[in-house]
Amino acid sequence: MRYGLKVAYRHLASNLSQTGLLVIGVAVAVFIFIFMSALIGGLADLMVNRTLGGFAHVTIQAEDRELPVLETGSNAELLVARQKSTRDATGIRDALPLLPVIDQLSGVAVSSPQITGGAVLIRGERVRQVGVTGVQPDRVTAIVAFDRYLQEGSLSLTGDGLLIGATLASDMNLSVGSPVTLRTDQGNTASLRVSGIYSTGVGQLDRASAYVDIRTARSLFDIPNAVSRIELKLTDLYEAEAVAARITATTGLDAEPWTATAQQLYEGLRAQSDTGLILKSFALITIVIGVASSLMLTTYRRRPEIGIMRAMGASQGFILFIFVTQGMIVGLVGGLIGASLGLAVLTPLTPSGEVAAGQLPIDVAQGSFGLAIGLTMVGATLAAILPARAASRIDPVEAIGQ
Amino acid sequence: MTPPDAAPLVELRGLTKTYGEGETATMVLKGLDLTLEKGRMIALLGASGSGKSTLLNILGTLLRPTAGRFTMLGQELFGADDATLTDFRNRHIGFVFQFHNLLPDFSALENVIFPTAVREGVESAQARLRGAELLELVGLADRTHYRATKLSGGQKQRVAVARALMNKPDLILADEPTGNLDSVSAQQVMELIKVVNQREGTTFLISTHDERIAAQCEGRLEIRDGRII
Repeated sequence: MRYGLKVAYRHLASNLSQTGLLVIGVAVAVFIFIFMSALIGGLADLMVNRTLGGFAHVTIQAEDRELPVLETGSNAELLVARQKSTRDATGIRDALPLLPVIDQLSGVAVSSPQITGGAVLIRGERVRQVGVTGVQPDRVTAIVAFDRYLQEGSLSLTGDGLLIGATLASDMNLSVGSPVTLRTDQGNTASLRVSGIYSTGVGQLDRASAYVDIRTARSLFDIPNAVSRIELKLTDLYEAEAVAARITATTGLDAEPWTATAQQLYEGLRAQSDTGLILKSFALITIVIGVASSLMLTTYRRRPEIGIMRAMGASQGFILFIFVTQGMIVGLVGGLIGASLGLAVLTPLTPSGEVAAGQLPIDVAQGSFGLAIGLTMVGATLAAILPARAASRIDPVEAIGQ
Repeated sequence: MTPPDAAPLVELRGLTKTYGEGETATMVLKGLDLTLEKGRMIALLGASGSGKSTLLNILGTLLRPTAGRFTMLGQELFGADDATLTDFRNRHIGFVFQFHNLLPDFSALENVIFPTAVREGVESAQARLRGAELLELVGLADRTHYRATKLSGGQKQRVAVARALMNKPDLILADEPTGNLDSVSAQQVMELIKVVNQREGTTFLISTHDERIAAQCEGRLEIRDGRII
């Protein structure tokens, strides 16, 4: 239908002001779609990071251990106060062989086996209580994006490396290269050196957390083979419940989605996402109405021409094709212009690191550019079908005015 | 002039056309019989409302008759579906209208080759060549790439004649082809039609109110009250 394409193009090109306005309208709607996607996505990330910091989407932990109950003699009564939640100090024994299986599950982006425990960080006279997390050196950034928050030094944890928050470093007057001692509740100690200082903006992480090589953590907490927990990042934040259920079903391990521990945040993000969806739908509806009404007018204006074309032997299918193609071209060109505009405007607006006060938390990477162009093309094409059908059914005799 | 073939080009028998239904129904053609032989140049005369345009539209397969027989080139067209009629029209029938004749966004050449391009789905070099020849025939070789809107009324009608000839049709229907032209342009168009009729042997049926136009045709049909008299 090369000839049909030519006729469609000629129709659009013959009235450049009308076509231009239509394309600009579509482009603006596409820009709004992309802007909303980037803003809602960036806002969600900001809320998640600000509220929960480096949190995992799914956490696999050791199951609560049943504490033994004292045996009683036949003539004795026993009153017991039972401690509810005590985790096995040895952590998850069977998880490591299952790691490759978990990594392969659909929806899982990355996993991070960890050993955690309490300790005190000692530098001369200064002592601070910290939560220690032992992570694999190659997965330091798997859960918390330390690469974005690093202020000083490097993320290298191999050997005696230690990663701490800026507040803690300031409290203890530490800088990169400072030697420190870590003493655990078990009484084990390790001499370490500060390799990196980060600032996430999350109080607990910056003030009372320390990250070490998982091998260091093993000896510190006497966990030679197991892990305390496995944290997962998913490709889609909102799939956490389904993925957790899949992990439990596949591995038998206790997997907890982030939604279970942060229900309010989850609901807030959902509401925000739904609002974004509604606004994006309005943008699409605007495109559909704009294209449909414009092509309706074009169809009306070109009735005599349509009549002439039908008289010359153009089939109804040919007429349908040229008008649907016009919708498609408008959708494609408007989509590409809107997407280019979005990229040009939103890229400089995307904060490179931490979102400053008063700055919009736009994330251009979440702009859904492909989706915006695709949906626009589909929307514009569908919008063109009604006027195109009307055009193809025009009575040539009536149209020619005889 | 090309002598007419023995077999008729068009045969209409007992053709009726009724607009509307029930009490508002109006019968415009009332059992019309017509035989049109190949190679003729016939004037169709009649008062306004006599059914002239209706007959022309039915012959052009743009309008469906209500009843009767409609045979062209031996093919029964009464009751044929839209796709069949569209293809038949494209291959065998050419039109020259009084108004709205050309596609305004197209050049003279593009207008002329439209009937071939729309069938083949492409503007072939062969079609372009024939289009250029036809524009030369109608005396517009120097207007080949002019937009239709840049042409005068007479030039537009000559382009329309060239376009009607593009697919070498058997019948060209011309509805008041000179009705919108000054006398000089009107005469130029008529001269062209005569040349084409004689050189190509194409059958012309020319609807007109103008006795001077009718006088230049070799035959005449008059329609009154829905019948040929």
